[in-house]
Amino acid sequence: MEIDPFIFRLSIFILSIFIGYYVVWSVTPSLHTPLMSVTNAISSVIIVGAIIAALADSSSSIFETSNIFGFMAIILAAVNIFGGFLVTQRMLQMYKKKKK
Amino acid sequence: MSANLSASFYLISGILFILALRGLSSPETSRKGNYFGIAGMIISIIVTFLTIGNFGSGFIYVLIFLVIGGSIGAFIAYKIPMTAMPELVAGFHSLVGLAAVFVAISAFLKPEAFGLGFVGNIKLSSLVEMSLGAAIGAITFSGSIIAFLKLRGIMSGAPITFNGQHFINLILGLAILFLIFYLCISQSSNIFWTLVVISFLVGVLLIIPIGGADMPVVISMLNSYSGWAAAGIGFTLENTALIITGALVGSSGAILSYIMCKGMNRSFFNVILGGWGANDQTSSSKSKEQKPVKNGNADDAAFLMKNASSVIIVPGYGMAVAQAQHALREMVDALKKNGVKVSYAIHPVAGRMPGHMNVLLAEANVPYDEVFELEEINNDFANCDVAYVIGANDVTNPVAKSDPQSPIYGMPILDVEKSKSVLFVKRSLSPGYAGIDNDLFYRDNTLMLFADAKKMTEEIVKSL
Repeated sequence: MEIDPFIFRLSIFILSIFIGYYVVWSVTPSLHTPLMSVTNAISSVIIVGAIIAALADSSSSIFETSNIFGFMAIILAAVNIFGGFLVTQRMLQMYKKKKK
Repeated sequence: MSANLSASFYLISGILFILALRGLSSPETSRKGNYFGIAGMIISIIVTFLTIGNFGSGFIYVLIFLVIGGSIGAFIAYKIPMTAMPELVAGFHSLVGLAAVFVAISAFLKPEAFGLGFVGNIKLSSLVEMSLGAAIGAITFSGSIIAFLKLRGIMSGAPITFNGQHFINLILGLAILFLIFYLCISQSSNIFWTLVVISFLVGVLLIIPIGGADMPVVISMLNSYSGWAAAGIGFTLENTALIITGALVGSSGAILSYIMCKGMNRSFFNVILGGWGANDQTSSSKSKEQKPVKNGNADDAAFLMKNASSVIIVPGYGMAVAQAQHALREMVDALKKNGVKVSYAIHPVAGRMPGHMNVLLAEANVPYDEVFELEEINNDFANCDVAYVIGANDVTNPVAKSDPQSPIYGMPILDVEKSKSVLFVKRSLSPGYAGIDNDLFYRDNTLMLFADAKKMTEEIVKSL
């Protein structure tokens, strides 16, 4: 009997939760704010879905509703990607060691 | 690009995202980690374009929208003051949530584009995944908007509660489950829209009863939700990068919520079901208001600290509100010139989001190796001459250790009272967020400095 591909995805998902669990516990508490902004930035990889939605073939030359939702999602995700990574970068630049 | 090849690249993106989080284990590796994250994102986007393989007019539009969104994001990232970080993060969470809703909507409207079947006949598993993604995304969106408004001060931070609130939330929660079930049977678009609308409503109702100082938990929780929403969409799109990321973000937010709850010694449900502010704590504070306090000024404080050999600074949300972090650094610099050893003590729930105080101190060029977490520094208070409490209150209240009746009993606190003398910068004797009077105000070794945190610190700098 063949295994449903869903099971594979579920395996990836559950193993990733465990990876996330151990990786996040190792994050130093002083970097918890950058952690939030960077997780926010990477979760915007949802833009992949937005691009697929935006570029889905429409029957006419005019964009269909589903395309429009896709484009709106692209804007939202793009704000997050650039905003999230850049603000994280800006914060991390500020963490400096004592000058010896 | 073949499906197998693109799936492999998505896996690489996922691994890069894991490395991005791994980098945050220390400030030195964190900057490299952020580049891993950016690389992962670029790979994902390029692979998506190559997989679709359609570089017509639609592609140009996508680029235009990317640039528009990207410019807005970059502009915000450079302009935002560090004190506004909590509301920025809340705002960003709302965008992820809404993007998840939009993607789910368009997958529902045009399932063939995603290979999920056809309108009216969408694969059952996909339908469950996309409706979960849409529901959690919608809750994340409206919940984050409320959190944003509260943090920004547009909406009062006070908890909004009404009779039967929990009952209504329970009913709506069950309604969401029922609608998802019914949607699977009927494939009806009306059900889908109802589901989205109810989820928006749940997000609002979930966050309004939670008060200002519980915001660290709320933000972490919404962070977690945005991850689960992304994972739901990831399952729908059968995209590994999205599934991995969703799981990472989801567990990250959950762990942060746990750490924040532990920092307040409260259960997650206790926080979610409504804040302390709703309880009447006023009776206990009234009886104590008559007690005498020692009142000092900037010169007294400067004298005390100049002659100390070690000083521990305890910053709290008040420092963020007064934007006093730069003045504080100047004060510490002046003290160091006098040979005083200075360190900073940060309580896990100080401020309005996890790590809030650390970012503000970093902004003011405080080296991170002078900043310590509660467990690292708590024993040092006994040997320190002066504790300078600036904008913190409840997290220093000794009542958490002594009075089992107190609502904050059992909460881990900074043992400020053990230091030889305590300088407490505060505008008035009013109780903190928890509504409890702080015993520390009336101790013999406490000197109250009644002023704005920034002004007082600047005056101390002058008299040093």
